[in-house]
Amino acid sequence: MGAVALLVFREVLEAALIVSVVAAATRGVMRRGWFIGGGIALGVFGAVLVALSADLLASAFSGAGQELFNAIVLLAAVLMIGWHVLWMSSHGRELSRQMRELGSAVHSGASSLGLLLAVVALAVLREGSEVVLFLYGMRAGGAGHLWTGLAIGTAAGAALGFALYAGLLRIPMRHFFGVTNGMLVLLAAGLASTAARYLIQADLLPAWGNQLWDSSWLLGNGSVPGQTAHILIGYDAQPAGMQLVFYGLTLFLLWMGARFARRQPSTPTVDGRVVTHPVA
Amino acid sequence: MQRLLPFVFAMSLPLLASAADVPSYTLTLKDHRYQPSELRIPADTRVKLDLVNQDASPEEFESDDFPAEKIVMPNSRTSLFIGPLKRGHYRFYGDFHQPTAQGTLVVE
Repeated sequence: MGAVALLVFREVLEAALIVSVVAAATRGVMRRGWFIGGGIALGVFGAVLVALSADLLASAFSGAGQELFNAIVLLAAVLMIGWHVLWMSSHGRELSRQMRELGSAVHSGASSLGLLLAVVALAVLREGSEVVLFLYGMRAGGAGHLWTGLAIGTAAGAALGFALYAGLLRIPMRHFFGVTNGMLVLLAAGLASTAARYLIQADLLPAWGNQLWDSSWLLGNGSVPGQTAHILIGYDAQPAGMQLVFYGLTLFLLWMGARFARRQPSTPTVDGRVVTHPVA
Repeated sequence: MQRLLPFVFAMSLPLLASAADVPSYTLTLKDHRYQPSELRIPADTRVKLDLVNQDASPEEFESDDFPAEKIVMPNSRTSLFIGPLKRGHYRFYGDFHQPTAQGTLVVE
């Protein structure tokens, strides 16, 4: 049971951290609970589908199907987070001003919220499919206490996610969206770097320097703090040069994009609500 | 941003050339144990690792010491590329059966 709980905990933790940052970033947005809940439900459903088609994935693209699938899922999440970050760069200040003045939920760009639902779904799908495969194997091996392990691992992973969320909520409103936006940017850069890692493993991209440095003596990839840093800021104890390129390029593009978005004329408001146009 | 895209694509195109002639090594998983449990590979060389799973349950080949993360389905095989690695000992494991599925990569 301990082994089951531990593996489930590690997978749930990764997804929970992403969900927490997204939940914080959509603070004060109407109906976002439904969006996040819906994203998680979609992700669980998708995880089962992915696990069921794992055989197919494994043999696709002469064995590189798994890596390609992971890289595409990760890069799709990067694009969606990126879009939201750019949207928030032009609307975030207005949003936080309204929330301070009205102290209530505001309408937000539904399109941007939909993208973040997809990010939540993708995060849950990726980690969840591993849990499903693992549990399937354990069941086949006749291991007991599967459900208890699943429950404990999920609860522990989700608890850490909630802790992060609660911590983020203590940030003053004035800086709140600045911080969550920054966290989303680092999250996206880290996901891009992980995508590169998969593509290198499948030999679809060159490493451009394998293991540029090794900081595993300080913070190992396999430790829970290392894993947390991996998700939140894209930490890797032994990164390849190509991973740094993906990381840096994501940071650079989002930073430039955010600067550009901020220079756009300010958002018109009606009844104190941000007026958004259907964008995506 | 859009002006940068062609540049990015142009940069990435020549990179798609793949290393077809890399030495390959086989790791077999049976009863949730790796055989050999100590795999020797050359230093500073990119290596193709063939993973064979003879068990009836899926396994995830993984390491915290070098980049590797790949699921092997029951009674099937797959492969991944690792390295080039410096001389040394690198631990790897099966994420789904960590108590038994442990091994060492000896890079020499």
